[in-house]
Amino acid sequence: MADKLEADKHVRYILMAEKKKESFESVVMDHLRMNGAYWGLTTLDLLDKLGSVSQDEVVSWVMTCQHESAGGFAGNTGHDPHVIYTLSAVQILALFDKLSILDVQKVSSYIAGLQNEDGSFSGDIWGEVDTRFSYIAICCLSILKCLDKINVEKAVDYIVSCKNLDGGFGCTPGAESHAGQIFCCVGALAITGNLHHVDKDLLGWWLCERQDYESGGLNGRPEKLPDVCYSWWVLSSLIMIDRVHWIENGKIVKFILDCQDMDNGGISDNPKDAVDIFHTYFGVAGLSLLESKNN
Amino acid sequence: MHGRPRKAASKPEASAAKALKLRSVQSQFMSNHHRKIYTQEAIQLSAKLLAINPEAYTAWNYRKLAVEDNLSRIDDSDPSLVNSILNEELEVVAIALRRNLKSYGAWYHRKWVLSKGHCSLEKEMQLLNKYQKLDLRNFHAWNYRRFVVELTKTSPQDELQYTTDLINDVSFSNYSAWHNRSALLSSLVSKKPDGFMPKETIRRELDYVHNAIFTDEDDQSAWFYYLWLLDQTVKMETPLRTSSWPSDGSIIILSGPGCFNGSSSSKFTTFCSESASFPLILYFDQAVSGVSSSTVTIDSELQGNQDLVWEPVSDKNSQLSCVWVARLKFDSTEPCFRKENKVKVSLGKSQGIVSSRGCNLSAPFEFVFTVHIHDTVGEPQEGIVSWTDGFDNWDAQSKDLNSLITSDQLNADTGFEWRKQAIKIEIECFRDLHDSKFGKLILARLLMAEETMISDDAVKGVHYNEILQLYNDLMALNSSHDQYYKDEHSVALLHKVTSSTGMYRRMSRHLFLYRNMNNIVCLRLNNLTLSRIAAVEKFLFVQMLDLSHNELHSAEGLEAMQLLCCLNLCHNRIRSFSALDSLRHLKQLRVLDVSHNDMGGKHPVDTTRYLCSRPLSNSAEIGRQVPCKYWDAYLVLRDLKKLKQLDIIRGNDLIAGEEFSSFVRQVVPKLVWLDGHKLAS
Repeated sequence: MADKLEADKHVRYILMAEKKKESFESVVMDHLRMNGAYWGLTTLDLLDKLGSVSQDEVVSWVMTCQHESAGGFAGNTGHDPHVIYTLSAVQILALFDKLSILDVQKVSSYIAGLQNEDGSFSGDIWGEVDTRFSYIAICCLSILKCLDKINVEKAVDYIVSCKNLDGGFGCTPGAESHAGQIFCCVGALAITGNLHHVDKDLLGWWLCERQDYESGGLNGRPEKLPDVCYSWWVLSSLIMIDRVHWIENGKIVKFILDCQDMDNGGISDNPKDAVDIFHTYFGVAGLSLLESKNN
Repeated sequence: MHGRPRKAASKPEASAAKALKLRSVQSQFMSNHHRKIYTQEAIQLSAKLLAINPEAYTAWNYRKLAVEDNLSRIDDSDPSLVNSILNEELEVVAIALRRNLKSYGAWYHRKWVLSKGHCSLEKEMQLLNKYQKLDLRNFHAWNYRRFVVELTKTSPQDELQYTTDLINDVSFSNYSAWHNRSALLSSLVSKKPDGFMPKETIRRELDYVHNAIFTDEDDQSAWFYYLWLLDQTVKMETPLRTSSWPSDGSIIILSGPGCFNGSSSSKFTTFCSESASFPLILYFDQAVSGVSSSTVTIDSELQGNQDLVWEPVSDKNSQLSCVWVARLKFDSTEPCFRKENKVKVSLGKSQGIVSSRGCNLSAPFEFVFTVHIHDTVGEPQEGIVSWTDGFDNWDAQSKDLNSLITSDQLNADTGFEWRKQAIKIEIECFRDLHDSKFGKLILARLLMAEETMISDDAVKGVHYNEILQLYNDLMALNSSHDQYYKDEHSVALLHKVTSSTGMYRRMSRHLFLYRNMNNIVCLRLNNLTLSRIAAVEKFLFVQMLDLSHNELHSAEGLEAMQLLCCLNLCHNRIRSFSALDSLRHLKQLRVLDVSHNDMGGKHPVDTTRYLCSRPLSNSAEIGRQVPCKYWDAYLVLRDLKKLKQLDIIRGNDLIAGEEFSSFVRQVVPKLVWLDGHKLAS
């Protein structure tokens, strides 16, 4: 049982994972390397070690992933563009304070062009619609300071149409509430100043019920297992609606710390499983939200 | 990594070989994709890639391009050719789903194929039924089901039956099925002209969910569904006016500029206004829009009050609010003062006041109050306001509370009696289950619901003690959520303490008169361990409010108190200025004490920031003269134009000293007293 965050071990884990490009695990995730880079780099930044990577190398690789004509970014060089990777690319550049190298007009037009009649957003030209993409579009454009390129009112209307009777949000109208989708919808509403559409008490209670009494961890929806990544989705949602005091801080901190791999570094979804960059990021990010004395 | 155990012994050589093979497939695929090669061989390679890795999203894109390319080459009048191409895709998706039933790319590809028409929808439903039995909670399957159901035009009733079958035959523990059920019932209801869920449906569903609850008390799905049904039982769809100031039948004395001084020997409480106007406050039970001079008519002898401007007390972005305010002007020099001026307010005669769900205000409603205007004596007082000295008890005999507030009853609509009965039945059922966490929580909520429906004054308030005890039990039983139960406890406590009728009639014990400000009414709610503000609709008439020595972390809820001129929030747990955002709306505020809180301390996470009206514009509108680090203080203080006395530095971690003091003086030019010291003019 761990009692503190093993920051150095996690830094080493991330730096090594970055170099291990040819393991099977890495090749099978080739297509989302942009996300992986964002998770790894943000974790390093949270742990004050962003300087351990070569900024120029990362930035020039990021730019190879931008599609010349479309303007959006792909998950890796040669793959197709998609908003998911476009957001990660912009976030990485923002981390390094290098947004100035972007053709903002081009990137923002790519995203704005994916808004549909009903206010929703498609992930790419193939038309899949999901509130994740609404959040991604709004978050990305707000970083680039051009939210005015989309119809914010309609975007908000679409998100509100995905609100469920338990106070939560799903990926499309009628879809079941899920903590990840809730984070996306609440986040988008927060950025655009529309949190009055959220029933904070109803949703706050649904979210605080994600906490597992025994392990202290959070799950993503009722009757599911706790998972470290929900430390982020659930916690930041609760923070945005000012209901985070409804869950027990100490227990979540303990759960996250218990998910660390004390030998190899990294954090996993639960204490028994293998670690990965995704959960390492969400574990560290979750801890940063909890103002843990271990930080 | 989900499902991969930590100490997995994977031989590095085997892993490296697998990696190389995948690499080569991927490179070949990419080459085909970039060169737009859509031969059979190339297409099969993409299938091979997707079988190994269904998450390779570019391969799904490629396949769509290949399908479109092939369809453009064939004779599309031959349906069997088209079908064979599309069925090939469905087969590839099925293989991918076998590998990962949660692959977004796979599910979307299937949807894309189906959207072209031609495929058998019946086969899709069969496949779905199979998938859903494998994993009841797979939301991809449920979403896809909704898509297919729309295409097949299956009736909501049939889908409702499907959820019943799943719940009965497979498992009660199926949140997804219950969720779908609630969505189907809601959409059925919204198609009806009156929009209400019929009582027969509610009764049937309550009985059905009781079955699930009493079979397995620990399963959450049924509890959440039950709480939604409870909401349907209690809430009326259409908005109601809950409270107002002035209230029906009340007599208010208004005093004009310069009134905050001296003492009044009046039998009635005097309301002071320095602007020769007073607010007319409407408080609704849910957020509404459309309150305006066309939907609310004022019939009054006070001059100059045509075409009133009604404003929602809410964020600038929102035209929806529970609280609406207009200002009625009066002229204290006119000969009409000391005369009785009747004011009649009517709402609901013309449609237009609508809730966020599109329901109109139920029935036309009107209330009448009387206004006396008194003259003012003497000069405006500049002395410091004390929270401890100069108070007299509220004299229950000579001062009639009913002249200030009336307890509004829930309008009896045609469903009212049925709702009361239904709640009674539920309370009976849940008294037996009261040992479990959900049992206690639901019983507490049922009792609160019944409390709001009690119209007999003699028994109003009967439930509060039991409700408070239930929340105390819950805090002990389920300490993970004790702050949630604490908040609910505070809400119930406030309702009990501010009740003016019924068994407790508590409020008069908390009311005082402040001599030095013309006997304005002070409500003391200090030292009650309150963590949350509630029941504000019961004390809208209060001008001086003491909430000190509690556990409040936000001023949320106080925005409705449009008459408030003195507020004490010292010794609470307020951590940031953004938590005081509600105070922006209290334009009459003259005295504010927020000392001895947690402000300015090392709190990296601001939990009230996004609830402010403009969370991201922390630098744009401030300009260069105001230090950026005080942006949240600026946004709260700049609207308090009448603020004369502020206590803020003591007991907070704010940067004391010249910088903050001069910032405050700049933003609040009329300030006279800062932290107990008189400012040089």
